Amino acid sequence: MSEKLRLRFTKSGRAVYISHLDLMRTMQRAFQRAGFALQYSEGFNPHPILSILLPLSVGVSSDCELMDFSLIAPTDLSALPERLTAAMPEGIRVLEAYAPERKVKDLKWLQISGLLEYDRADYATMRDGLQAFFARASIVIRKKTKRGEGESDIAPAIRSVGFAAEEGGVALKAVISAQEPTLNPDHLIAALRQCAPELAPDFAAFTRREVFDAQMRVFR
Amino acid sequence: MDGKLKRILPRVQKPARYTGGEYNQIIKDLQSVDLRMALCFPDVYEIGMSNLGMRILYSTINSMKNVWCERVFAPWDDMEQEMRGAGIPLYALESGDPLSEFDALGFSLGYEMAYTTVLNMLDLGGIPLRAEDRRELLPLIFAGGSSCCNPEPMAQFMDLFVLGEGEELDNELLTLLLQAKREGWDKPRFLRAAAQIEGVYVPSLYTATYGADGTLSGVTALPGAPEQVTKRIVTDFEHSPFPTDQIVPSTEIVHDRVNLELFRGCIRGCRFCQAGQIYRPVRSRSAERLVQQGIAALRSSGYQEITLSSLSSSDYRPLGELCDGLLDYCVPRSIGLALPSLRADNFSMDIMQRVQKVRKSGLTFAPEAGTQRLRDAINKNVREEDLLESCRVAFAGGWNNVKLYFMLGLPTETDEDVLGIAQMANDVLHCWRENAVNKNRGVRITVSTSCFVPKPHTPFQWAPQVSREEYLRRVRLLREHMTARNVTYNWHDAETSEIECVLSRGDRRIGPVIEAVWRAGGKLEAWSDFFRYERWTQAMAVCGCEIADYTTRERAEAEAMPWDHINMGVSKAHLLRENRRAQEGVLSPDCRHGCVGCGAKALNGGACDV
Repeated sequence: MSEKLRLRFTKSGRAVYISHLDLMRTMQRAFQRAGFALQYSEGFNPHPILSILLPLSVGVSSDCELMDFSLIAPTDLSALPERLTAAMPEGIRVLEAYAPERKVKDLKWLQISGLLEYDRADYATMRDGLQAFFARASIVIRKKTKRGEGESDIAPAIRSVGFAAEEGGVALKAVISAQEPTLNPDHLIAALRQCAPELAPDFAAFTRREVFDAQMRVFR
Repeated sequence: MDGKLKRILPRVQKPARYTGGEYNQIIKDLQSVDLRMALCFPDVYEIGMSNLGMRILYSTINSMKNVWCERVFAPWDDMEQEMRGAGIPLYALESGDPLSEFDALGFSLGYEMAYTTVLNMLDLGGIPLRAEDRRELLPLIFAGGSSCCNPEPMAQFMDLFVLGEGEELDNELLTLLLQAKREGWDKPRFLRAAAQIEGVYVPSLYTATYGADGTLSGVTALPGAPEQVTKRIVTDFEHSPFPTDQIVPSTEIVHDRVNLELFRGCIRGCRFCQAGQIYRPVRSRSAERLVQQGIAALRSSGYQEITLSSLSSSDYRPLGELCDGLLDYCVPRSIGLALPSLRADNFSMDIMQRVQKVRKSGLTFAPEAGTQRLRDAINKNVREEDLLESCRVAFAGGWNNVKLYFMLGLPTETDEDVLGIAQMANDVLHCWRENAVNKNRGVRITVSTSCFVPKPHTPFQWAPQVSREEYLRRVRLLREHMTARNVTYNWHDAETSEIECVLSRGDRRIGPVIEAVWRAGGKLEAWSDFFRYERWTQAMAVCGCEIADYTTRERAEAEAMPWDHINMGVSKAHLLRENRRAQEGVLSPDCRHGCVGCGAKALNGGACDV
């Protein structure tokens, strides 16, 4: 079995609308186009071994996507990012490929930024309201789960959150739990809609900035 | 990206089909572009991007340095509601610019049920529907594609039609439009000049007249326009452009693979088949070139599957050589090779077995009719022995899934022919019982019937369509006799087929009907989700048209057809001869066993590559 490798890439612009499943297909084809032969699984229906560490919701940008893969033959990894980027659709840029030291389960925190757009509200007022709302010790929202609808407290999954009034809306910076539990940025907006509708934005867009382990060391 | 669009995209299904940005899309600098063309497909992205013609024309039009050709598809209903709600006009994928900023819109018309979608797209782009309401030269609205072999139902909406193959024709038209734009011609002047290009039909230069009984007397040319417009073909198909650097969609489409075109036209001459007539004469590409093109397209796209496309791939002479050449490249790379459109004969089964080394799919046959008598009448040259022999080889080779396609309502069909379908399904089942290597896995035989639609430029263009009631009676009859547990019977509804018949054999009086249906909400009607039969019957009534005039009424041999002024290469005399032979139940040879003199080779300097 060949060495397990990790790819770090960004996904932005028009590419944010490529779904997780479509991204897997796109990756497979980009590797093929760039001339890197992916390792396939054994068995009845062989498929390339690709695993995206944290699936990204449609519409969310990212500076820090990670994907594990294996190549059939040893390859000069320094040349890979440029060649693979050239084979990507618009909006996907490969930053590096390397043999990972950290295990996926060590990944814990996710730094995100976002812009909450308000069409008819004063940004400074909204900023103060948002700051106060997310300072609550408990924020219980209804979430759709595999077993129907459930309630969950998202406050423990928010390590830090700050807001600033900016041109176009209220900017958000936060560190949220990436897994166990997984907090999707959309849950922050869902919390507003459910618990403080007067603070809910008319539109919000988010970007993943960086991934960390439990001790807030950058995860690679 | 537009701020309004950014807000609605997260709310719609499969937003990646509305963004562009795919690998290999063509972006040009507007400073270097003199003319902007929108290649419009009247269905959703997944369908339009699967269309080989779209991919070829995207490439050939963009080969003109000063022309930028972009793609436009119809939005699904959820996206349309969002766009209308947010005031976003229909836009092209590459630039995101609205249709109104384009100089030319070319619609691909391959299926009549898409006609209302064309109107919906024009409306979403803020462009007046009727040609007469567009006084300015730009944007020029035109259409091409197989449905345009009877352009009359869409005549009032289009400034012109391009007939036949577009690789050369479209560029000639755009070259003229560039000149007209540069020199500031008005629209009438441009249309008169365009009508001189071989293959261009300008409907406003023709008038339709009707007799006292309401039947069409004829469509006649005004002074300066050719009496007949003859379709264009690419005479040197071997060297005609095939795009190896194709756009690779970032979201799944219907035919998500490399599509290699073996040949155009068909040697078979099935009397019901429009494609088999209107794409003549036969012209093929060499296996050597196809292998090169296939490998280049696989390399460029990263696709893991390639398919061979033609009207009847078994009739491609060097098929074995081609498959071997492709398999040499595909097998070591786990790339699948798919072979649709095979005939049920031994040779094909041998190829199938070689190809299925990579992946094994189901088997599909289209005997079309249940008895040899009717198959002879429609000139479908498949014998039941051949089909059963193919099944025998397949079952012995481990296949256990067979699909059989038939039509009900073919000219001269009797109940005996209908019951022949059930008999055939039973024979296939019996064949499985005798030959299956692993009976424990069971067998699935699926029989599907659709309602025959007589089409223009075929020997059955005069034929009546059976009524919906009669089609359903035959469906019931067949269902009662389809008793075996392993045989599944599916039938298509006849309502779509009836409207398809009206649209394909319609005259200019059908234009207002299409518009009325669109005004009542009609769009995306190739999808059963959106097709509403009542909308059509109501619109026909409001516009004073009788459905039966276009469907169940048999047309006299001498009657003028709405498409008589359109020459698709195959002569009317030939169609008439074939129609008579059908009534007599007499087969005609395929082109390799004797030229029947269809006339199409005149388009190719008298040469036919059979």
